[in-house]
Amino acid sequence: MAVLEQLGVGADTIGILFVAFTIAIYALIGWLSRTMEVDAYYVAGRQVPAVYNGMATAADWMSGASFVALAGGVYFGGYGYMAFIVGWTGGYVLVNSLMAPYLRKFGCYTVPDFIGTRYGGNLARLCAVIVLVVASFTYVTAQINATGTIAARALHIPFSYGVWFGLLGILLCSMLGGMRAVTWTQVAQYIVLIIAYLVPVIWMSNAQGFGIIPHFTYGEAASTMAQLEAQYGLNPPAEAIAGLSVLTTPHTGPVGDYAEWKFITLALCMMCGTASLPHILMRYFTTPTVRSARKSVAWSLLFIFLLYFTAPALATLTKLQLLDPNLPTAIIGKPFEEVASLAWIQNWASVGFLAIADQNGDGILQLNEFFMRPDIVVLATPEIAGLPYVISGLVAAGGMAAAMSTADGLLLAIANALSHDLYYKIIDPKADTAIRLIVARVLLVGIGALGALIASLQLTGILGAVAWAFCFACSGLFFPLALGVWWKRANRAGAVAGMAAGFTAGSLYLYYVYTGGTPWFGIDHLRFGIVGMAVSLVSMVVVTLLTPAPDEEIQRMVEETRVPTGPAILSAKH
Amino acid sequence: MSANNADDVRDRYWAKTRNLTIVVLALWAFFALVIPAMVSTLNQFTFLGFPFGYYMIAQGSLIAFVVIIWVQNWRQDAIDDEFGFGEEE
Repeated sequence: MAVLEQLGVGADTIGILFVAFTIAIYALIGWLSRTMEVDAYYVAGRQVPAVYNGMATAADWMSGASFVALAGGVYFGGYGYMAFIVGWTGGYVLVNSLMAPYLRKFGCYTVPDFIGTRYGGNLARLCAVIVLVVASFTYVTAQINATGTIAARALHIPFSYGVWFGLLGILLCSMLGGMRAVTWTQVAQYIVLIIAYLVPVIWMSNAQGFGIIPHFTYGEAASTMAQLEAQYGLNPPAEAIAGLSVLTTPHTGPVGDYAEWKFITLALCMMCGTASLPHILMRYFTTPTVRSARKSVAWSLLFIFLLYFTAPALATLTKLQLLDPNLPTAIIGKPFEEVASLAWIQNWASVGFLAIADQNGDGILQLNEFFMRPDIVVLATPEIAGLPYVISGLVAAGGMAAAMSTADGLLLAIANALSHDLYYKIIDPKADTAIRLIVARVLLVGIGALGALIASLQLTGILGAVAWAFCFACSGLFFPLALGVWWKRANRAGAVAGMAAGFTAGSLYLYYVYTGGTPWFGIDHLRFGIVGMAVSLVSMVVVTLLTPAPDEEIQRMVEETRVPTGPAILSAKH
Repeated sequence: MSANNADDVRDRYWAKTRNLTIVVLALWAFFALVIPAMVSTLNQFTFLGFPFGYYMIAQGSLIAFVVIIWVQNWRQDAIDDEFGFGEEE
């Protein structure tokens, strides 16, 4: 690709080639892994080695939100948004110690499978399916939104077509081979996305004199930032522009009412959400043993960590590119006309993602006169820093990989829950294998199409929708899953109460805050999971204690779950 | 081995596993919840040129999480083997 740029091939062509080429590879892998076996379709035959499962989980995990929106959130939201970073890594400690090894021992295909068998009864299973579908669906629309944004920019097609184009790529990967195909495409997608994320940061760091591994040396940049912020002043704009932000939040420390509390509650929602999101948990059903399930959690976190500990570096260095008067790329404090004539400013402004306005009329671009959509920070960074266009193509391909891989996992989680738990376990337990797998695929396409339709309406931003998905998941599922293993006394009535009350309370609180209610103690719409989880825990414990303990057989089952060796609780062909 | 004996092994195995988990969760809570609560205080110190509180949030806690999981798995494998619940890879 770099050679093509030397040869004078147009920038747009390079972008298109990059995105198209990587999608073709994923589709090829998907085609090669096609399967008609239940075990291979749902859990990849339980043969995925820990390291590869770790990579696949990392790709599954790092969504369009992590890749495209997170560094932008940190860029504009400053310190407060770093709660996402802490939350999305710390959650794996909970996955590893509370959930993954035990669910693997259980031998289930889906998360509701565990709830349905541990607590018994279709009502519990149904509650779990509902929570799962709502959480995952919220999440998947954000991902399809991200693929649409990137496809629109790289391929120069309208956003509403870009969404459908993205969906096509996603379905190619997952439809034929189910979990097995998704696993191997996700391994490829991880490699693409991590390279695409690291290259621009390393390049910028070199140019700014922080060496090739910026992570340990950009400390000075973080300190300089505080001085630059003081120098330019963090003021709201004279006149706001809808959908775009100016920089008003300091980079390194908490500010405002409840700042620390807000940070902790957001991080906590993200962590418990991590431990209850089904597309992540079901990845650990694919390993051969309990020990390798644990090992693959450790690998997952290591691979995920590589991106998250780069994100604040990217946000800091990009901000410095724009602010530091010693760098040639700085625009703040420069004459307005000069900035307005820059190519990257014009490119992004023409699609409405960026704006500059000389609102105080002094002919100089002030910090509060530079408007930008937070979601584009990562995508625009190569251009801001003056890197060759081939890097922009790489970043677009990486963002595409991140969004597609997560959407794959989520669509599969939804379709599997509906086909296995709702259709096979509740509606038609006699359905044979071929029909079950056909139902699963039809659902996959149907849900994907619905997701694309909703994404094309652009109801919310990417990061906001993702935070909601985590809050839905932890409101409904965290305690029923964790206590299912860790509290033998937990029974069916308690679990149903925990799921129903937690999920309902969380949703109502979201509705209350979102429609203009005053948040309690700063718990706004991004962190409504705190309310949901509290209600879920209390109602689950109270109802459990008011009703009889589960029978001998269930208690025996819980004990079996806690021991790594021996046969799985559910047989292989359940 | 009688049924009682097997139960006894399981109970001791579970007690050890549970204790390990409690230690892990305490460490997790320290890096995930306590550190963010005192970040302003920590920011008064400098580490590698970073304000220390900022450093802990951007990198320090993340590194701690990775280390916690790897050490936990190493200890858990040892417990599994001790009670004969270790699995062949």
